[in-house]
Amino acid sequence: MSDFNTVGKSVKKIDALSLAAGEKMFTDDFEIPDKEKLLHLAVLYSPYAYAKIKNIDIGEAEKMDGVIDVLYYGNVERVLHTTAGQGFPEPSPYDTVLFDKKVRFVGDRVALVAATSKKIAQEALKKIKVEYEILEPLFDIEKATSPDAPKIHDDDEYAVIPTKYDPEHNIAAEVEIKFGDIESGFAEADFVEEHTYRTQYAAHCTIEPHAAAAYFDAMGRLIIISSTQVPFHARRITARVLGINEGMIRVIKPRIGGGFGGKQEILVEPLVAMVAWRNKRPAKLVLSREEVFVSSRTRNPMRIRLKTGVKNNGTITAIEMDALMNTGAYGAHALTVLSNAGSKVLPLFNKIENLRFFGRSVYTNLPVGGAYRGYGATKGYFAFNQQIDIIARKVGQDVLEYIKKWHIKEGETSPIFEALGEGKEGVSQIIHSCKLTECIDRGAKAIGWYEKRGKHIRNGDWVKGVGVSVAMQGSGIPRVDMGSAYIKMNDDGSFNLHIGATDLGTGSDTILAQIAAETLQTPIEKFIVRSSDTDLTPFDVGAYASSTTYVSGNAVRKCAEKIREQIIEVAAKIMNADGDNLILENSAVKNLANGKVLPFEKIAKYSLYTQDQFQIQAGESFVGDESPPPFAAQFAEVDVDTRTGKIVVKKFVSAVDCGQPINPKLVEGQVEGAVLNGITYALCEEYLFDKNGRMTNDNFWDYKIFSTADMPKLITIVVNSFEETGPFGAKSVAEIGINGPMPAIANALFDAVGVRLFDAPFTPEKVLRALHKRSA
Amino acid sequence: MTGDFTINGERKILSFEARTTLLRALRENGYTEIKEGCGEGECGACVVLLDGKLVNSCQVLAASAIGSEITTVRGIGDIHIPHPIQQAFVDAGAVQCGFCTPGMVVATYYLLQKNPSPTEKEILKSLDGNLCRCTGYVKIIDAVKLAAEGMEK
Ligand code: FES
Ligand code: FES
Repeated sequence: MSDFNTVGKSVKKIDALSLAAGEKMFTDDFEIPDKEKLLHLAVLYSPYAYAKIKNIDIGEAEKMDGVIDVLYYGNVERVLHTTAGQGFPEPSPYDTVLFDKKVRFVGDRVALVAATSKKIAQEALKKIKVEYEILEPLFDIEKATSPDAPKIHDDDEYAVIPTKYDPEHNIAAEVEIKFGDIESGFAEADFVEEHTYRTQYAAHCTIEPHAAAAYFDAMGRLIIISSTQVPFHARRITARVLGINEGMIRVIKPRIGGGFGGKQEILVEPLVAMVAWRNKRPAKLVLSREEVFVSSRTRNPMRIRLKTGVKNNGTITAIEMDALMNTGAYGAHALTVLSNAGSKVLPLFNKIENLRFFGRSVYTNLPVGGAYRGYGATKGYFAFNQQIDIIARKVGQDVLEYIKKWHIKEGETSPIFEALGEGKEGVSQIIHSCKLTECIDRGAKAIGWYEKRGKHIRNGDWVKGVGVSVAMQGSGIPRVDMGSAYIKMNDDGSFNLHIGATDLGTGSDTILAQIAAETLQTPIEKFIVRSSDTDLTPFDVGAYASSTTYVSGNAVRKCAEKIREQIIEVAAKIMNADGDNLILENSAVKNLANGKVLPFEKIAKYSLYTQDQFQIQAGESFVGDESPPPFAAQFAEVDVDTRTGKIVVKKFVSAVDCGQPINPKLVEGQVEGAVLNGITYALCEEYLFDKNGRMTNDNFWDYKIFSTADMPKLITIVVNSFEETGPFGAKSVAEIGINGPMPAIANALFDAVGVRLFDAPFTPEKVLRALHKRSA
Repeated sequence: MTGDFTINGERKILSFEARTTLLRALRENGYTEIKEGCGEGECGACVVLLDGKLVNSCQVLAASAIGSEITTVRGIGDIHIPHPIQQAFVDAGAVQCGFCTPGMVVATYYLLQKNPSPTEKEILKSLDGNLCRCTGYVKIIDAVKLAAEGMEK
């Protein structure tokens, strides 16, 4: 496994220097052609959680000098769509229009002004007079389906795929799967554990806000530059909203300043595109930080009731997960985030025979959920890992040994893989690679588990505890996600690699080039990578669901293999050799029969200029038949201040099996970023609302994410395995790291001071309250 | 209005509207290496050296900075001749999306000027004003250490 030349090496990220040097690489850095005509956009958002717009008067705004266009429901065609950038047809309901007569959350779009400067556009917003009829809002998810609850969507909204969609009862999605006999499973149990876990609204906090610009090229086609994770979905959905063909639009994703799921939403592209199209002028919109918080997408809150029947020896006889998700005002990802809470979590303990998963996503008049690193799994694992900790303690077993006994192993499967997919049935699969046990052992050692667990080491008011969490994720959505690649060979033996895949800063351009370089036995510097341009690169679903390394990576591998065949074919001719004796080595073809070597450059020149000329080139696609999960064991060491309730994470260890890492340093980077995000999500990240549903902490002062000053010691251990279906043995890794912090910290808190928090985040107030309750 | 500045060692006359922040004035005049992450002094993506001091350029009025000397990340080094700090960020794997990176590099430059061999604690403290959501800071801290070592030699 280690005899790779490029794979498995921490090759430097190919765009890193340009980024560190401040080159113009982000959406808002580019000079837009025809820039004297550039229109700047400003959006008017609803101040009310739920209201009908009785009247809008745009007259005053329109009259202002410099105002070119004002958009609202009265002059923009009502085209139902989803903002969720997913495959087609999307599993999310078509319940959104650009501008509606109703506003459904504080931050919903009311109108938009396009003007010759941002300042004028913003001034003009103040001149728009809106008369609202305020409606009774719905905030409580537990009340959403009751007959007297306000109905959030009661017009022509619909689901495009056959699925349960019942807006009459505010149900945006519902899913249920069952195996065995849950009742007799619980009857068999010696005891039943049932707990309710709640997670909160959170923001992605990409440091670059959402941004898009639209302009026309010389042929009159609409070009959109966008900070998007999903250029092809952005093109398709924008085309739908504009009522034009996809072919009229080119979407270019330049470098983007982070995504984490937040830019899997088609939010700003239709706005700039619509304004450009109507006015035949370029348009640009960069959201402010406040707008990102209030109007874009979030991590949905979820309430999970987890019930397990357990034998005194630890055998789980039945498990029932009941998930209620708040999708907010619109159903973007309502079904799939929900399903994911079960589908990525329950297979981990695959020997439980009696199982039920029931999930429901409900509408409310709060911010809209969406994709967020970890997706539903993060919420599911919060419940699952605390429950496992509770059970192991009850049956008197070391939780690490307990998990090692019950977790899914190589060669095993779970019926859930097949039963629960993303918007349709899943795909059955057998686990080919799983080093979770090794992850647990190595992680335990690094955290000092047996020296610290249960020891309640004290230092004044502070008490130490350690906790563990385990997880699996996936590598793309099987039989749904497709990635493709195109390679051609240049005169000098260099290659153009064109991929639809979307590098969010993750380094996918680099690792995909590594995969091509390994296949063709040439250094990565020989690859000129172009990605994420709907005109110039082949299709790819984009960056989500931890798909790129596995799905796009396999496409690149297949494509490079075709190139290899062509190179050998040409070399065989030149060398007058039997192709079977030829191999690729050091940017050359080597004849094993006589040791003769022919450099790529000669082969390229021959194929282009000499005889039987043709372009050495190939395109390939890949869609996964399975979605091999990466695995992780994560450990938190916390100190808890029993006087103030403050939790300080001292050390956090993640041991991750993502197959053969293509680029270990980039793997570590993915894990470290996800972990720190997960830690702040556990401790302090949270949307706060006033009683009218308005977010009250829409800035980085009040919505705290960690800076260097707050850093715990993060340790990442990459545990190599080999996934036979992955490119060079690789699986994906982008999301899994975020699943562990919240449950591991909760378990460490209990280990330290003996209280459990079932509601995140774990603020000092909550810890203190729990401590007081216990001592009362 | 217009104003005279020395930006990355070159005299420049910038035009901007009154009450424009230094950040906007610089970006609108082509200095797009300065990033806007929040516009409210919370993220550090916009830091520059203003007469040798590290400031969030979104918190400074352009008019108040007329006559000043400004250093951005491009004044520190470029893709042709990168500064050891920039190279260290590349080598340490500290650049993910790279949106925070110009600010991080400028903040590191400022730190190492004043303190060529900072302790880990000093590094953590001095980068405190620069948010990064991608890296978890681990490799950024590595990069600062690497740069300090590299510059010492
Ligand atoms: S943009 Fe200036 S501190 Fe964030
Ligand atoms: S690298 Fe993305 S914010 Fe720092």
